[in-house]
Amino acid sequence: MLDLGLDVLFKGSNMLRLLQGLWVAMQISLVSIAVSMPLGILCGGLMTMKNKLVRFIFRVYLEIIRIMPQLVLLFIVYFGSTRVFGWNLSGETASVIVFVLWGTAEMGDLVRGALISIPKHQYESSEALGLSKIQTYRYIIIPQTVRRLIPLAINLITRMIKTTSLVLMIGVVEMLKVAQQIIETNRMTSPNAAFGVFLVVFILYFLACWPISMLAKYLEKRWR
Amino acid sequence: MNWDFIAEYLPMYERAAILTVKLGVIGIVFAILVGLICAMIQYHKIPVARQIVAVYIELSRNTPLLVQLFFIYYGLPKLGANLSPEVCGIIGLAFLGGSYMAESFRSGLETIAPIQRESALSLGMTNRQAMQYIILPQAVSMSVPAFVANVIFLLKETSVFSAISLMDLMFTAKDLIGLYYKTIESLFLLVVFYLIILLPVSILGSLLERRMRHAGFGS
Amino acid sequence: MAETLLTVENLTKKFEGNTILDGLNLTIQRGEVVVIVGPSGCGKSTFLRCINALEPIQEGTISLQGTPIVYGSKNLAEVRQKIGMVFQSYELFPHLTVLDNIMLAPMKVQKRNKDEVKEEALQLLDRIGLKDKADSFPRQLSGGQKQRVAIVRALCMHPEILLFDEVTAALDPEMVREVLDVMLDLAKQGRTMIIVTHEMQFAKAVADRVIFFDQGHIVEEAAPDEFFEHPKTERAKQFLNVFSFEKVEHNK
Repeated sequence: MLDLGLDVLFKGSNMLRLLQGLWVAMQISLVSIAVSMPLGILCGGLMTMKNKLVRFIFRVYLEIIRIMPQLVLLFIVYFGSTRVFGWNLSGETASVIVFVLWGTAEMGDLVRGALISIPKHQYESSEALGLSKIQTYRYIIIPQTVRRLIPLAINLITRMIKTTSLVLMIGVVEMLKVAQQIIETNRMTSPNAAFGVFLVVFILYFLACWPISMLAKYLEKRWR
Repeated sequence: MNWDFIAEYLPMYERAAILTVKLGVIGIVFAILVGLICAMIQYHKIPVARQIVAVYIELSRNTPLLVQLFFIYYGLPKLGANLSPEVCGIIGLAFLGGSYMAESFRSGLETIAPIQRESALSLGMTNRQAMQYIILPQAVSMSVPAFVANVIFLLKETSVFSAISLMDLMFTAKDLIGLYYKTIESLFLLVVFYLIILLPVSILGSLLERRMRHAGFGS
Repeated sequence: MAETLLTVENLTKKFEGNTILDGLNLTIQRGEVVVIVGPSGCGKSTFLRCINALEPIQEGTISLQGTPIVYGSKNLAEVRQKIGMVFQSYELFPHLTVLDNIMLAPMKVQKRNKDEVKEEALQLLDRIGLKDKADSFPRQLSGGQKQRVAIVRALCMHPEILLFDEVTAALDPEMVREVLDVMLDLAKQGRTMIIVTHEMQFAKAVADRVIFFDQGHIVEEAAPDEFFEHPKTERAKQFLNVFSFEKVEHNK
């Protein structure tokens, strides 16, 4: 029989350790999401303001964050900021900082996009019905914006979870690192472990992201 | 900032940037091919192939490139497939990018109303001619903004190539930080080189998008 | 005796359990102009689409000059070259100029010589007064202009028969006339045409024969004067009544 190296996972607490590694990655993304969603909504709102300076500042912030690969941002915060400011930053903290900066920018852009996608007629016809400014937002604009926004925001969550795989590169012990450790310690007894273990890592990431993607797709269809 | 250090290691970054661009471009070309094939299979609703494509797209979109690369680079050789890091990088990028490209082409195709195809058929065109002369040209131009966004996304994703010991920009930066502790200079060069690669594509993308938004064909 | 061009026998079209067309029989002679009228949803547009094999049919046969027209068959592209079709929504190709819209199929499908096609295309455009629009893109034209170009595009393939599917229904009222005039001109040239329309005055003027469709059946078939002045069936009378208005009595 073909040796796929899956046996390692049933040795000792290996599978549990792998799942704990996934949990580390998930924690980083959950904290980042929890912080960047409200910040992003705030940002998005500010970006639709008439004030040109505010809009310009957020534009620059968004473009800078967006054009750099997330890994470069991780390097800048993890290696660069510690060097410049002389503080001590754990890989986990650096990751959360980067994901919050990035998530806020992306979320801000989604909110802005959703807000400006509401046609002007909607505001006008609402006002023509005699609704006040606040009522217009409360009953007409925000419900429509939210429906456009939620599927996109959910997609952003899956992107964040996937991106947490990068934290391995700044020394955070997450699932991929645990996988490497398991493969390394069992090199002699299970030479093919790399296949089985990385396959399982692949599947675990898929299982973490896929249901969320499906939810986004479902909501998008339902609310279209 | 130590400018002598920067001058000394500039050529090293250049080589790394060329590798990044080379692998990125080849990977993206394959991603486009994979994407086109998948989009065609879905558009023509070819049985079985269509289900396979659907599974592929979900797998590709819901897993990180780094994990895909680890599996290809460390996992597959255990089954006898020994691939160089370069080839692994290209395969990984094509595997990831194929699904993103497929989605952008598919949504481009969806914007072309079926009656355009019927109109071509009623002029005596074959299915293939209708696709070639009428549907594809329109669909492709509709998917340009999403396509450019994908190209930028994939170029950025190449930053994880260093994890499979490819001497790209990230690898070089990390190497120099570790060896000489010249963190600021190394990161400065890293950012500059990524900007050189990504900024032109990004500017081109926003120009194209603006053109698409404000006008259709013929203006 | 005129040559029979199109033969439809026992045409039955069902869709999702509904019978859209129910055993239709029809023959059309060369040079004949047949106008199909009927209420919305009576199947008249579907009928045209079936003739061009854009819809699968469940029973019956359609043939053009003896060649069967079968949905999904191999020779379809060949038969369709002989059938020109004009759609309600024009369906010009937005990525091509007016001239390229017209020239594409003659060149790519019929492999005709480019210069010859171009000359003919420009001549046809000149005839409908749009020669100066040859290099424009469809989005730069008005609805009426687009529809005239669409007619020319069909003509340039030298079809044996032309199908018009409510070609003025999407137009602003002031543009309807320019399109109908082109069609009247074609009728005078002796072209074979099947026209689905809601323009009753036009139908009366252009038709050799009027066919009244209702619920997938041919209910009445007659010369235009007879049909419009003395409809035989109750349903045709009701249908025609929709187009006349009674004067409002202003009660004070």
